[in-house]
Amino acid sequence: MSALVLRRVWGLMYRHLALYRRSWPRLLELVYWPVLQMTVWGFVTAYLAGVQNDVASVAAGVLLGGVLLWEVAIRSQMGFAISFLEEIWSRNLGHVFVSPLRPQELVAGLVGISAIRMLVGVIPAVLLAFALYNFGLWRMGPVVVLFFAALMMMGWAVALGVTSLILRHGAGAEPLAWSVLFGLTPFAAVFYPVSVLPDWLEPIALLIPAAHVFEGMRAALLEARIAWGHLAAAFALNLVWLGGMGWLFLRQFEGARVRGALLNIGE
Amino acid sequence: MSDAPALQVQGLTKRYRPDAPPAVEALDFAMPRGATWGLLGGNGAGKTTTIGMLLGLLVPTAGRIVALGHDMATDRFAALARMNFSSPYVALPHRLSVAENLRVYCHLYGVPRAERRIAELADQLHLADLLDRPAGELSAGQKTRVALAKALVNTPELLLLDEPTASLDPDTGDWVRSWLERYRAETGCAILLASHNMAEVERLCDQVLMLKSGRVVDRGSPAELLARYGRDDLEEVFLDIARNRRASGPSPALASPSPALRGRVGVGASAASDDAP
Repeated sequence: MSALVLRRVWGLMYRHLALYRRSWPRLLELVYWPVLQMTVWGFVTAYLAGVQNDVASVAAGVLLGGVLLWEVAIRSQMGFAISFLEEIWSRNLGHVFVSPLRPQELVAGLVGISAIRMLVGVIPAVLLAFALYNFGLWRMGPVVVLFFAALMMMGWAVALGVTSLILRHGAGAEPLAWSVLFGLTPFAAVFYPVSVLPDWLEPIALLIPAAHVFEGMRAALLEARIAWGHLAAAFALNLVWLGGMGWLFLRQFEGARVRGALLNIGE
Repeated sequence: MSDAPALQVQGLTKRYRPDAPPAVEALDFAMPRGATWGLLGGNGAGKTTTIGMLLGLLVPTAGRIVALGHDMATDRFAALARMNFSSPYVALPHRLSVAENLRVYCHLYGVPRAERRIAELADQLHLADLLDRPAGELSAGQKTRVALAKALVNTPELLLLDEPTASLDPDTGDWVRSWLERYRAETGCAILLASHNMAEVERLCDQVLMLKSGRVVDRGSPAELLARYGRDDLEEVFLDIARNRRASGPSPALASPSPALRGRVGVGASAASDDAP
């Protein structure tokens, strides 16, 4: 990767970092939801602990771990898609697309800013979970880094799909940037094993990389082992998802150039 | 490559839908380096579509664009690095300061010694006092100067300007026009501008392409057009063309059209419409 490519990618990231530096409500929004989610689920866990100690010992790790790790995927997806939307809202895409920034570099810049947004949002929630409920995400061991990586990749893949829909359908597809991953929650086995799902739904759930991550999380928390099979499946599926959605994005980008959608996207 | 025209356009055509009339049809021209050309036409004439294609934002249905020696179909990023664009209808992020905005584009265009370049532009365009202010808090005239600075960060060899003085007061508009004249003289930058301000076109442009319904219906220097239509200013020429009144003399463009244009253009031709989405 040449220095010029890195500089263009950094240029896009710098644009968003400068925006956050000047907009505290945006910074607050990054932190607000992960902390709120973690707090609510933390109290649920505390309540369960009061009802039945056996349940509590299991639920504490599984629920809070699920909440925090799922936020990694959600924040990664939203970080990417909303950063793209910021360009539309500021009517700046015309300038960006007539600069030498390649579509792949645009994606790289959005991935970079999404990673930063995710860390800014999730780290306070992780620290608060430890402070309030004595739950440390690091309890899973170093494999938690791989869980983070797999969930970030899945978030980016979904975001590429959302961004493709925005390129295709314009402003009408914007709400998907907030909602699409919530729709996958029941099938991603965030709070329960895949085996809980109906038989016909299990193969579908196992096509979602996050389902393998959360199976791995439960193996780490409940059995203190690393489920390498699930980890491998998560990364392999992520590669397929990223490849497919990347192809879709580039196809929709070229389609937008043919239709003239880049001239008035977002209007 | 340095001898190539700034812009070479052959048979450029755009249809937004296969069954729709072309928004731009069979556009041909070769704009030399260092020239300032105007793209004139009423609303829906095809100016925005043409500029969109020249910038690579739109894929032509047919035809070819070579910008600064680079084929836009296969090598557009190499051309875009040496071009730039300004329009009052494309904003810069409002919350970023002027300096931050310029820094972003210095990065995107790979400008060496970015801070020095920003300081130079701030000096030339009288932006020094505005560098720390958010772009969204500037007046229209200040925004125009910032947009020009953005368009010049990479010292472009080809500058595309969409209505560069729209919504500016006469004093600021005159300042921008003088500045563009001086910039072209100093750098040899080729400028293609789309404008509805006929006085501006008359003052700045060596050549004018008159667009109507997606086609070039006449072309020439402002003086040639005035003589051909027997008018005193370009606004009257514009109205003659818009209202299908013929020129008193033959148009060089129509007397010897390029192969792609032959038999297809004429004053008053109006088969197409610009249906840009």
